[in-house]
Amino acid sequence: MKAVVIGCGRTGSAVAKGLAADGWDVTAVDENEDALGRLGPGWRGGFVLGHGMDMTVLGRAGVESVDAAVVSTDGDNTNVVIAQVIQKRFGIESVFVRVLDPARAQFYAERGLHTVCPTQTAISVLLDSVRSTAHVASGA
Amino acid sequence: MYVIVAGGGKVGANLARSLLEMGHEVTLVEERPQAFARLEQEFGPVVIRGDATEISVLERAGIARPPELLLAATGDDEDNLVISQIGKEGYGVPKVIARVNDPRNQSHFDLLGITQTICATSSILGLVEHEIPEHGLVRLLELQKEGLEIVEAQIESSSPAAGSRVAGLSLPGGSRLISVFRHGRTELAEPGTVLRPGDQVLAVVADDSAAELRRVLLGAPKS
Repeated sequence: MKAVVIGCGRTGSAVAKGLAADGWDVTAVDENEDALGRLGPGWRGGFVLGHGMDMTVLGRAGVESVDAAVVSTDGDNTNVVIAQVIQKRFGIESVFVRVLDPARAQFYAERGLHTVCPTQTAISVLLDSVRSTAHVASGA
Repeated sequence: MYVIVAGGGKVGANLARSLLEMGHEVTLVEERPQAFARLEQEFGPVVIRGDATEISVLERAGIARPPELLLAATGDDEDNLVISQIGKEGYGVPKVIARVNDPRNQSHFDLLGITQTICATSSILGLVEHEIPEHGLVRLLELQKEGLEIVEAQIESSSPAAGSRVAGLSLPGGSRLISVFRHGRTELAEPGTVLRPGDQVLAVVADDSAAELRRVLLGAPKS
């Protein structure tokens, strides 16, 4: 199985390494050469230097033949545009995109993108944590 | 009419100023504090501060009314795409025009259905080509929604169309000659008009037939 990871920061590099450990053939894309260092000295996958908005970069990363794509640069708008391009231009169904703003994540989820919103996850977990404390407190 | 202008740089600020002078109601959205402070001095309550790609900011700007026109004029193409998509698909804004900063991103706008775009680099390139007639067909205007182009061609003595009547040309479907400019005068292209070397011909053509029109008027491109 082939995957491409666009944006190789803290999240993207960990996802790339995790997929590679599972046996996926992974190509990481980042516009900063230092990102390669985050993948570690034992990195056997591919690495393409460039911006994910650039069609030639997506082409070099072999996007047209991947089974899954993860889009995780540090910009929400960049992410949703790249994800839509991969989904619509290359016909890849399994595109997972990180969107920090919950409202934008929902807007694009309603339009067929698989959005993942760490902010919403943090909100839910924090709320649940405090509520369970209150539950324990009131039960005591 | 009501217009939201996203992005208060040189482009957005001048658009807002002109629209206000024309008597339209305008809200200008700018995120950068320094630029906002400058704009507020000139525009007062017309300008609001915020990131126009945030739905709550667009709502503060009145996107839900909705405006008759939304101009996505920031210096960032991804932002302009997202602003356009939220306005068009989320709030049914009837007319959205997006600025394309990097012409290589034009295909992304086309793919995502943002059909009305303007790109300064492409426009300037079009003007440059206009100054170099030997380039072949010069694209003067692209009507994206209609899928049509207005093009200009200069007939040479070697052109296959030289000496032909307009009615005798096998023009591709969806194309029509509009006018002929010769000896400093423009005349409409009638079926009986004979094309001569030196003529500058204006034509309207479906964008996928431009290459065929070029072949009929000017012959195969020189390599």
